[in-house]
Amino acid sequence: MTRERTVPVWQSRVRFRVLSQGGGSALVFLHGSWGLTWDPFLDELTRSFTVYAPEHPGTSPDAPDDIYHLDGLWDLVLCYDELLTTLGLDEVAVVGHSFGGMVACELAAAYPRRVQRLVLIDPLGFWRDDERVVNWMMLNPADLPGYIFRDPQGDAASRLLGPSEPAEAAAAARLRLQWAMGTTGKFIWPLPDKGLKKRIHRVTAPTLVVWGKEDRLVPSVYADEFVQRIAGARLQTIGGAGHAPQLEEPQTVARMVREFLTGAS
Amino acid sequence: MKISAFHLMPHRELPADFEKRYESVWVTPPWWELADARRVGQYYNWTLDELLYAARLGFDGVCTNEHHQNAYGFMPSPNLMGSVLAKLTNDSHVAIVQMGATLPTSNPPVRVAEEYAMLDCISGGRLVAGLPLGSPMDVNLCYGITPLEHRERYREAFELTLKAWQAREVFAWNGRYYQLANVNLWPRPIQQPHPPVWVPGSGSISTFDFAVDHDVCYCFLSYSGAKSAKSMMDSYWRVVAAKGREPNPYRAGFLQLVVVAESDARAEEKFARHVEYFYHKCLHVPGPWFSPPGNQDYRSLAASLASPVRRAENPKELRYRDFVDKGYVIAGSPATVRDRLVEEVVKGLHVGNLMVLLQIGSMPHELTLENMELFAREVLPDLRDCWSDEGWVNHWWPERLRGAVTPAATVGVAAGGA
Repeated sequence: MTRERTVPVWQSRVRFRVLSQGGGSALVFLHGSWGLTWDPFLDELTRSFTVYAPEHPGTSPDAPDDIYHLDGLWDLVLCYDELLTTLGLDEVAVVGHSFGGMVACELAAAYPRRVQRLVLIDPLGFWRDDERVVNWMMLNPADLPGYIFRDPQGDAASRLLGPSEPAEAAAAARLRLQWAMGTTGKFIWPLPDKGLKKRIHRVTAPTLVVWGKEDRLVPSVYADEFVQRIAGARLQTIGGAGHAPQLEEPQTVARMVREFLTGAS
Repeated sequence: MKISAFHLMPHRELPADFEKRYESVWVTPPWWELADARRVGQYYNWTLDELLYAARLGFDGVCTNEHHQNAYGFMPSPNLMGSVLAKLTNDSHVAIVQMGATLPTSNPPVRVAEEYAMLDCISGGRLVAGLPLGSPMDVNLCYGITPLEHRERYREAFELTLKAWQAREVFAWNGRYYQLANVNLWPRPIQQPHPPVWVPGSGSISTFDFAVDHDVCYCFLSYSGAKSAKSMMDSYWRVVAAKGREPNPYRAGFLQLVVVAESDARAEEKFARHVEYFYHKCLHVPGPWFSPPGNQDYRSLAASLASPVRRAENPKELRYRDFVDKGYVIAGSPATVRDRLVEEVVKGLHVGNLMVLLQIGSMPHELTLENMELFAREVLPDLRDCWSDEGWVNHWWPERLRGAVTPAATVGVAAGGA
């Protein structure tokens, strides 16, 4: 059973909705720019961990305007620190996907003692002129699945992005998706390089970098930027997956994460 | 009624297959393939000559606006144009309507307050201060402003601008986006407490509230005509009523594309290809670029997803007659144009500040002058008295020009081309 609680931070101006499930040591999952969906990857992780999945500020129902209380990345990182304190997670493993991967890495750089282990799945955070990150906020909505997923028709795509019919459900999904992109976009516009390169050396957590081989949003060359800058970081690439390998290959990625976090490999 | 001539300053000679070969007219069109600086210099001079000609013909105002990195209308600094117009029209009663300099792209935004004050000084108090939010293509895509912050920045800059014009003392601005320790504008505008403010919008409900709360003239710069704007402008007037303001038609501005000729048939012969050029090439922009996520606040986004303002129809599939039938363009003989403008735009939308776009797309200089001249001679005089019988005061027009009408100069077409 997924538990749900709302954690106020930032003088109660930002309300984090946190989904949690499972048993065992704590794992925090930070979602990407398309909002949080409880998915088979998280289910898989709950077999070994207590998974805490907070929603990015502004993306929770009934609290869309909370995002306006944050001015920039520093505010966001401090909010996450407050959240972890309130949840009693003094030392914790953090897994982040895409935009959530960038936030996870920032958190690990700001609080190296708090983030014990770090898993970054196709994270953002750098910019290379020779291999530009695609600005998905400017894509035609119909083209978005083709950029995020190897198989844009698959279940993983519809699970993350919502139904295309009936019209009412599609409009609700569109609203949720647009707002999730808008509120996360605040921290990465117009380019996702917001200075992580100056801070990433502070990360001391053992780090696993996971990359979908067919990532069409953030080319896999960006894996090097992370692996070369974080001491001892390891890279695992996932065949048959695009920008969201944990959704297209949930068993494989969950197994890698489990083995990495429990030190079985 | 006040009637102003609007100009976009478009590229007039894009290749015939432009919209097939290139991704967009905005943000990414390659300058080196599509333009030549000397030729573009000619466009700027034509634009200025056309607006000066409109001023001489007796239009009440001349309008320029700001856009970036595009072939649709490239006056990155409308105030450079406005400055020329202000100086060269000092003998007339024409208003300098800047529609205008975009606050979120000006940093710090007091730059706009300063330049507008300069224009008001140079023109002897003839400035209308348009304070647009700016299009997402300009502000978000070209100038890098985060979509979610676009409106917040605008609102802060708007408050700062109004205060900078009026404050009697040096003040400090400790804003969220702008911090200035000593704001003390030099010069200040002639018009007191400040020049009339127009806010262009495109139908966001949050902009209706903003416009009414700040008691400014809300302007809909539309390319799809009065028919498709009707429900939106009705919502605006409902907000005006709900907030207890009088339904003064001068609270509203509207931009309409107009072509006029001796007859409806002649209008089609003369202008059809220029109208199609405008809709097929000048508006060739990928749809999602108009609404990057976060640009609309949550409430407006929810409302627009529930009932989209923009029509589903694709202008690229429409031809001249469709544009005319649907009211995108009001076209034809002087009688046709006059009747449709009054019925659909002026009365239909309850508009007191009308802007007309008379240079459209590829329309060449001489033809533009003809369009302006015929409009000024045969249409404009009959529009002027609209609303006169109701006794409204146009608080959103420079005070010294409110009653004034510039007699139409007897200028031939060639006079504007010098």
